Amino acid sequence: MVMGPTPDTATETASGVIIQRDPAEAAPGEATAGKEVQGRSLRQIAWGRLKRDRVAVTGGLVVIFLALVAIFAAPIVALLGHPPDQFNQEQIDPNLGGLPRGSWGGISKDYLLGVEPGNGRDVFSRTVYGARISLLIAFLATAVATTIGVVMGIVAGYFGGWVDAIISRLMDLFLAFPLLLFAISLIVVLPQDFGGFERNTVRMGLLVIIIGGFSWPYIGRIIRGQTLSLREREFVEAARSMGARSRFILFRELLPNLAAPILVYATLVIPVNIIFEASLSFLGVGVQPPTSSWGKMLANAVNYYQYDPLYMIVPGMMLFITVLSFNLFGDGLRDALDPKAH
Amino acid sequence: MARGRKVLVATSVIGALALTAGCGGTSKTPTTPPKASGYNAALNAVVNPSTAKGGTLRMANPSDIDSFDPARTYYAWGWNMNRFYTRNLVSYDSKVGEAGLKLVPDIAKEAGKVSADGLTYTYTLKDNIKFNDGSVVTSKDIKYGIERIFAQDVLSGGPTYLIDFLDQGQRYPGPYKDSDPAKMGLKSVETPDDKTIVFKLKEPFGDFPYLLAMPGAGPVKQSADTGEKYANKPMSTGPYMMDSYEPGKSAVFVRNPNWDPATDPIRKALPDRIELALGVESNEIDNRLLAGTVDIDTAQVGVQQAAQTKIQLDPAVKANADNPVTGFIRYFSISTQVAPFNDIHCRKAVQYAADKVALQTARGGPEAGGDIATNMLPPNIAGHDPKLDPFNTKSGKPQIDKAKEELKLCGKPDGFKTVIAVRNRGKEPACAEALQQALKAVGIDASIEQSDPALYFRSTIGSPDNVHKKGYGIMTAGWGADWQTGYGYLQILIDGRSILPSGNNNYAELNDSEINSLIDKARAEADPTKAAAIWNDINKKVMDTATMLPFVYDKALNYRNPRLTNVYIHSAFGMLDFQALGVSDGK
Repeated sequence: MVMGPTPDTATETASGVIIQRDPAEAAPGEATAGKEVQGRSLRQIAWGRLKRDRVAVTGGLVVIFLALVAIFAAPIVALLGHPPDQFNQEQIDPNLGGLPRGSWGGISKDYLLGVEPGNGRDVFSRTVYGARISLLIAFLATAVATTIGVVMGIVAGYFGGWVDAIISRLMDLFLAFPLLLFAISLIVVLPQDFGGFERNTVRMGLLVIIIGGFSWPYIGRIIRGQTLSLREREFVEAARSMGARSRFILFRELLPNLAAPILVYATLVIPVNIIFEASLSFLGVGVQPPTSSWGKMLANAVNYYQYDPLYMIVPGMMLFITVLSFNLFGDGLRDALDPKAH
Repeated sequence: MARGRKVLVATSVIGALALTAGCGGTSKTPTTPPKASGYNAALNAVVNPSTAKGGTLRMANPSDIDSFDPARTYYAWGWNMNRFYTRNLVSYDSKVGEAGLKLVPDIAKEAGKVSADGLTYTYTLKDNIKFNDGSVVTSKDIKYGIERIFAQDVLSGGPTYLIDFLDQGQRYPGPYKDSDPAKMGLKSVETPDDKTIVFKLKEPFGDFPYLLAMPGAGPVKQSADTGEKYANKPMSTGPYMMDSYEPGKSAVFVRNPNWDPATDPIRKALPDRIELALGVESNEIDNRLLAGTVDIDTAQVGVQQAAQTKIQLDPAVKANADNPVTGFIRYFSISTQVAPFNDIHCRKAVQYAADKVALQTARGGPEAGGDIATNMLPPNIAGHDPKLDPFNTKSGKPQIDKAKEELKLCGKPDGFKTVIAVRNRGKEPACAEALQQALKAVGIDASIEQSDPALYFRSTIGSPDNVHKKGYGIMTAGWGADWQTGYGYLQILIDGRSILPSGNNNYAELNDSEINSLIDKARAEADPTKAAAIWNDINKKVMDTATMLPFVYDKALNYRNPRLTNVYIHSAFGMLDFQALGVSDGK
């Protein structure tokens, strides 16, 4: 559960020396290399770097593809699969404990990735809808974590003193929790009904709050560190000397300068949250049935892997690809936006 | 799944849970002549009959036993294990098929004499029955053993039926708090001499001998009783005595030199030594079974999915497997107290909408799961009527039209919302999903609430308050008989007077005065055939309330090592008769 993405060596060599330079110096540096003298914004420079990083671009494309799949799950399934919750008894053999008929987990042109043992639900449809759950929860949880983390980090870093001490200890406290155990017991203890919402909506909300509520210190610490160095810079002093209030300095002067690290680390927290959601679902406290989720599919597949390995491979590979793509893209983004972060 | 299932101990009324039971349904008509081995051969005949002694019987179980103390064990396999070292006044016969359900005199010379009013049972003991220390078993030892059951504060966990029928309001506290210096304070059990024991019941109870056949009614020598430590070294009256027991790891039994085979019509005592490995992972046990290094899994609740497929795909392996009826029914209880199920038509809608084929598949299919159930008495219980099927569910197909009609009648033509409660382990969540999916087809929107198995029967659905608060309309359950009569199976599930604030087993809170009075009538009935007829009637009335939705008569696919001799399924336990087993290679 520890984030700590290590610098990707391939990216490092590919990006070469230029990319290691400070963004502030990059523009004049390239201007002197000949060609036309043209002013480029920081954003353009970063974009240029990112484009040259093939690994990151591939990761990014996969992420976009997955997001599209999640968003258009309904039409995709209508076109290529069966309703995700529909039992297809004729596709399984009750005399073999419900194993899919046919080899490779019952793959056929009707059932592109086979069927689920025991009830014959379409694995393709459930995987597609599983992507929706995984990404939705991970994105929302990351939004929660980023919001809390940024506010806490910026406040701690800017004010320092006892405020910093309290917030920093709070972060230590959160990081010291046995995360998974605590999350499981919390989900079990918290009420399942809330304000007339569907039970599954309530459960997803809970997952978002719990996952987000526990991953904010990772971002919080980084933002605090960045703020500590930023607050000594001249533009902050200038603002302060002109009588700007703390709130103005925090959110108008500091925050825009923190956009890069926020973006980078939010991208890197998403895969961690995807794994977290899958783990909770695997352990039986994730989304409620019959909603599908990759973690739940994996948990189910444990009983069948010896005779129907495909049922385990499909959600496992999806999880693997998704997390890998996010990590590669996130690393690339960090190299592009914040080359000194290594 | 009921892998050696821990039982809820209710304190006041009959607090009991399930014990796996037999296979009368399949064994009634042996269609094939007895074979040496083969698939399901042990259901109808003795496989590899032999009298060769010697060797070591190797057993394994995924968890520890609840207790080796005869008064405290409630696991089905625990009762089966007790046949090695505990002898009762009467015990189940060692015969295959329905004959095994008969109680035969064991320590007693003959079946008990019942007084005309049905309130007094008198037994006379055989001579030469000894404990493993050589001392003779007297009627006082049997009385002391029964007194121990009353000490529920020290020795909890076992069945408490004997307390219910032997306590006429004197509230005997058990021998440890007995003021009588000889610790013989239980007045309802009399021992006029060392060979005679007289039981005086609170009310007539035709099934009383079945209570005496439970391990807790076996003799315990007072001077050897170590209270709650007794489980670590129980005395033996049977052919084997405990040599060592390491909780959670292993138990070893060796021959009891003071057991006299001439006094014992039941036990075979073939192996020299019995080794039981405890706490071995289920898949690991399956692998060892198939490799032949373990003889049987004492849980006897069926192999895991991987081994199941291996057995089902390979006829040579399958020849060493049996698929007995365990005596369990898997069912959903539909609450009478949670809206809208307080209206019988809403309950009936669920009965008609259920897809029993999907439910059967979710339990593992016809072989590993069991046959589709249509009523609430399992096939091994007297009074079972396979034709009783008020909702016409034998084919297993959902009847959408009828379900929708019932929905109209209960004023919810577009369906409603409800909650299905289920344990979060084993095959049960899949069953809940199958029901959820079937209900969706008629507009009933059921959400599934999974919870911790340890608390499930005690407080999750075992507490009516919690059921009302959480709105559990449908509760997933499973039940097996403590003994093979309608009373031993059904009473605790449907008796409106045994609804408890916690550890309740009447989950639907069914309280029907007509059913209650029929239960009383059946209990007092001394003639088993007449009692069975009344239970058939009760079963019909219960089904008509639509509070119970049975879907599978449980079966278990078990593997036996080919080297085993004298192998047969015992109907009272729904599993192999452990004490009869021997090994052919003498190792």
